[in-house]
Amino acid sequence: MGDRPPSRGPFPCTELDVELTINGKPTTVDAPADMPLLWALRDVVGLTGTKFGCGISQCGACTVHVNGTPTRSCSITVGAAQGRAITTIEGLAKDSVDHAVQQAWAELNVPQCGYCQAGQVMTAAALIDKNPNPTDAQIDAAMQGNLCRCGTYVRIRAAIKRAAEIHRGATA
Amino acid sequence: MSRHESGRGVSRRQFLVVSAALGGGLLMQVSCKRNENAATGGNAPGAGGTPNPSIFVRIDPDDTIHVTIPKSEMGQGVRTALAMFVAEELDADWSRMRAEAASYDPALGSQGTGGSGSVLDTHSRLRVAGASMRLMLVAAAAKKLGVDASELTTKDSKVLHAASSRSLSYGELAADAAALAVPANVTLRKPEEWKLLGTEGVRSLDVQDIIHGRAKYGLDVRRDGMLFASVERAHTFGATVKSFDATRALAVPGVKQVIEVRREKAGEPRDVFGGAAGIHSGVAVVATNTWAAMQGRKALTVQWDLGPHAQETSASYAAFMRDAVEKTGTEIVNKIGDPDGELAKATDVLKADYEFPFLAHATMEPQNCTAQFANGTMELWSPTQFPDWATSAVAEHLALDPKQVKVHVTPLMGGGFGRRINPDFSVEAAVIAKEVNGAPVQVVWTREDDMRHDFYRQCAIHRIEAALGADGHPVAMRHRLSSPAIDASGGKAGKFGAGESDGIGNHVYRVPHRSTEYTLLASGVPRGWWRAVNTTHGTFALESFIDEMAAKAGKDPYEYRLALIDKWVVDSPKDSTQFPFNPERFRTVLTLAAEKAGWGQPLPPGHAVGIAQNVPDHLTYAAEVVEASVVNGKIKVHRVVVAVDCGRVYNPDGARAQLEGGIVQALSAALGESITIEDGGVVEGNFDTYKLLRIGGEPVKIECHWVTNDAYPVTGLGEPSVPPFFPALANAIAKATGRRPRSMPLQLST
Repeated sequence: MGDRPPSRGPFPCTELDVELTINGKPTTVDAPADMPLLWALRDVVGLTGTKFGCGISQCGACTVHVNGTPTRSCSITVGAAQGRAITTIEGLAKDSVDHAVQQAWAELNVPQCGYCQAGQVMTAAALIDKNPNPTDAQIDAAMQGNLCRCGTYVRIRAAIKRAAEIHRGATA
Repeated sequence: MSRHESGRGVSRRQFLVVSAALGGGLLMQVSCKRNENAATGGNAPGAGGTPNPSIFVRIDPDDTIHVTIPKSEMGQGVRTALAMFVAEELDADWSRMRAEAASYDPALGSQGTGGSGSVLDTHSRLRVAGASMRLMLVAAAAKKLGVDASELTTKDSKVLHAASSRSLSYGELAADAAALAVPANVTLRKPEEWKLLGTEGVRSLDVQDIIHGRAKYGLDVRRDGMLFASVERAHTFGATVKSFDATRALAVPGVKQVIEVRREKAGEPRDVFGGAAGIHSGVAVVATNTWAAMQGRKALTVQWDLGPHAQETSASYAAFMRDAVEKTGTEIVNKIGDPDGELAKATDVLKADYEFPFLAHATMEPQNCTAQFANGTMELWSPTQFPDWATSAVAEHLALDPKQVKVHVTPLMGGGFGRRINPDFSVEAAVIAKEVNGAPVQVVWTREDDMRHDFYRQCAIHRIEAALGADGHPVAMRHRLSSPAIDASGGKAGKFGAGESDGIGNHVYRVPHRSTEYTLLASGVPRGWWRAVNTTHGTFALESFIDEMAAKAGKDPYEYRLALIDKWVVDSPKDSTQFPFNPERFRTVLTLAAEKAGWGQPLPPGHAVGIAQNVPDHLTYAAEVVEASVVNGKIKVHRVVVAVDCGRVYNPDGARAQLEGGIVQALSAALGESITIEDGGVVEGNFDTYKLLRIGGEPVKIECHWVTNDAYPVTGLGEPSVPPFFPALANAIAKATGRRPRSMPLQLST
């Protein structure tokens, strides 16, 4: 990285060594503050589970949780993510226990190519955390921003309902 | 004995080679002849006929069993399906099975994945391999335990001696078994003995990696010192870089280098078609991360020579094709009897035109490839369906010996649907890597790059004319088609009608006088293989028209079809031995779909059903019944019943996934997908303008049914549910609304 500019150099948006909290771990990220969180996660931190699909919040493949809220990481800068808790697909399982959504996804063999599924799982997990008994209309609303080209929507819907059962069982 | 290697007492052992694996395990090499049926080979270079791609099965001392698979996994479940064949006969613990992607090795034969042929190509030998390994492990255990092999049984990767309550795991026995000879004969399990094959709920081998973010796709390739590139490509197809200014790009922090990407082979003059690789003229910005490369690219200034296609538009194509179907085609693909004479003397000719736009593959993982040129070797990590073609195209383009090109197929790829057959993204990455001083470079396509530089499902216009007899059945049928042929992509000359009319010229319905005519549309837009290829448009036209004829004859469309299917079709633009359409199999799937759907039963108000079948261009027969309604101009699909005959289903859950996926992808195309050409380039760029189906739009219910038919080879399920969905939906809408949609995406105005 010998060619990088000085940290307060002539580029107004450029600020290096951003402090982020990723999957519970404080992490210093060597990236300009205007870099989208997606590329910082993938190319700088080395967490490739979060996927690039469109770059303009149209497909949801890059969904992460920022303070628990599903967020398109292609459309939030590392600067804006500073000081907030970021959870990626790699950090969704807590203490080696899969989230109810992950359990249901495996049980129903939801993924085909799987490329969109990190985003699907992250969005669905945030839904279940907030609403442990979603209706079809609530599933449609929550998952509207997550595209799947393989056509797994039938199973995604079924798996969210199954995850809700698992979640309610676990918290009952 | 049927034509495939099914059943018992298979004695051909020369395709199995056993050896000791590094680290003390057992390694079995399984040479799998490629099925030489052209129906499964596709027509991509490097496909078809090449013998002996190998699969490796390795048992490690820790009981893990690895299956290395020379097929590309794009979500079709090939890794799980192929591992199941081994695990069934081996009596393996499924939870310890692992799948790995094979690197491409020309010595091991063709590794193309396409045409729904993976299971057909490999399954019987994988079963023999599993059974052979099981016998070798039992023999090793017999020696170790000092008992007769007949006293031993196997279960979940263990050899058990019930009499002494002793057991040994496969891992413990692997090294000893590796020293034994491959048995000369094995007996394969009968279907009723299967514990894994044919059972429900087999867990995908990749699901855990996917849901934990560990799965590795093309874009997840990481190499030491890796750089990232973003390429500004010509917007107009065939345009070339006239000049460019990289000054501002090079000032962006992280940008290392700016490189012109030439379409032409090394040392050749400019060529608007760019040769077989189909890459685009452009300028690549290479940087330390993807974001920096993209920012650098935005700062480029590029001047273009627009080339010969800059005036082409979707409207100019439609005008040409509409005119073309008014006239006799430039190719008469096939003709039976005298359809022109019969139509001329008929008093009442039924005529309909069907129009189709270009479609994009829009794989969720945009195209990409990582390449490194060091020490005279071009090494690629590519999410490709055809490493064979990638290898030869890279070698040819860069004037390298194929031995200097090493292609690693990435473990997974984020959707394929035919897009990843073409070698363009591999060749482009190699061209860039050659100019970067030894460092690996990952070329990342943006969504807009991917949408605007695809190999599109071609646009097309079909005109069908028919004269019906007194019994309402067709006496004569003339089918005219105009399209920019897939195989003419890149300006190639030749005859294209037989390929383009696949599924219509060779249809199964009894029509005494019939013909197929074709006229090629010249176009600069690259065309390629989109899930189910030509049958995506041909089947829509044909199966819609069958319903139109039934309506004119006042007959039920299901009964009408059955009445017209009664004999083997021998006159076909392709060799009929490759496409032995069997009328009984058509009738069986049609009947099964209709029965399971309750054809003829009352429906909720506003709902209607439509039926259609495919032409089994990959030898799988499929029929669908779609129940739909239209409320306030919005199409809703309530239920899809699909019936298939693919010989036999081995992984029901995976089979269902493929059928469901094909139907949802077809619905997406039917409702919203269309690529528009202006100024010789693609207008749509991202998912805000190219509208894929979102959740809530999927069919409420999809029900899959299959017949088991061991008299025929097992055939694929990746494509067959796509083509019949389009006309079955259109037929339902026509019935529900009284207005027939004849163009895609479906429009309700005509």
